[in-house]
Amino acid sequence: MHMQCPKCHAPMHTYNRNGVQIEQCSGCRGIFLDYGELEALTRLESQWGGPAVPPPPAAPQYPAGGHHSAPAWGAPHGGHHGGHHGGHHNRGFGHMLFSS
Amino acid sequence: MTTTDVLPALRATVRGAAHPQAAPCSHPDSVLAEREDGTVVRHADTVAKAHAPDTDPAHLALRLTVATAHPDLLLAPLRPGPSALHGRLITFWPYGTPVDPETPDDAPWEEAATLLAHLHRRQAPPGLPPMRGPAKAARAVARLSRTAPDHPAASPVLRAWRTLPAWARGEAPMPGPTTLCHGDLHLGQLVRHPASTGPWRLIDVDDLGVGVAAWDLARPAAWYACGLLPPDVWARFLAAYQRADGPAVPADADPWPVLDVPARALTVQTAALAIAKSVAAGRHVDDVEGAVIDACDRMSAVPPELASDFPK
Repeated sequence: MHMQCPKCHAPMHTYNRNGVQIEQCSGCRGIFLDYGELEALTRLESQWGGPAVPPPPAAPQYPAGGHHSAPAWGAPHGGHHGGHHGGHHNRGFGHMLFSS
Repeated sequence: MTTTDVLPALRATVRGAAHPQAAPCSHPDSVLAEREDGTVVRHADTVAKAHAPDTDPAHLALRLTVATAHPDLLLAPLRPGPSALHGRLITFWPYGTPVDPETPDDAPWEEAATLLAHLHRRQAPPGLPPMRGPAKAARAVARLSRTAPDHPAASPVLRAWRTLPAWARGEAPMPGPTTLCHGDLHLGQLVRHPASTGPWRLIDVDDLGVGVAAWDLARPAAWYACGLLPPDVWARFLAAYQRADGPAVPADADPWPVLDVPARALTVQTAALAIAKSVAAGRHVDDVEGAVIDACDRMSAVPPELASDFPK
């Protein structure tokens, strides 16, 4: 049972940010917070003294159905950063992909 | 018994297994792996593995029965049970073509995810021991504490480890439903059999067992979270798992409440081994290893997500 976005009517997906449930629209990426959740997030943020609560993913890069959320401890920019792509020219990561 | 002691005997054994008629042959044999946790030799179409010296024979035998029972998912052994050689347990396998390390972009991410989704739906035989993922993470951290406790990167890694729940550190039973898991998924654990043209199969049953299924998705998840695996590759892997009705993550909601703890543990494991290996080799950690250590450093600021289950 999913909420529908009040603005664009696309389905909203639930993300868990450190125990706070956030609904985000899969279409326009708008965010819905229940009563008290904004305060809960603000409280958590100040408690851990840093940018511990990143926003949910910024823009859909793939057709609906994908979930591009990332954990709060992930690398900046929503879980990936330039230059470290796992493909060619990165022998360090290539090695890591194949070892325990 | 060390790995070097067992290698000549293993070479002779795999030749014998490949050519039961003892006909002389000109096939070269090749050492596919020689590590403390196993030595693997190939001769023609046959591969022999000498398992780690501390391998439990009963556990290995049970794990082999799983591979034999599910040949559509796991490479099936050539012989149903392990043999003994120079005090080590030996298993025999058909040769399969591994993923090409030079072209990880072409790696079979969807196939790997689909195989895992199906494995997670199969019945584990009675008595199958726990999946060894958390135990391996604990072993990596112990190696770091033993060999490089004063390395500048050791303290954030050990701090991140201490924030994990006891089950993820191998200090308590795993929670939730006990699912049949591979236990050590990475791209070295997939081969095509028959070689070159056959379908992909999972190999290496040493860590296979029952436990938290999300652990099998957590290494790609950790690579993605550390900024190493491109988001589109992670998305393909995850979507394929969900399409195949894999039970580890919800089909249509954020998977991170379930993936968070295992992905943290595997990030810590990777960082701990990277530091230990860099110290042993007398080199600095590289950029990729640095990205994994940085992720450990960020973890202590954000406690693990508590949700370890989801409504099915």
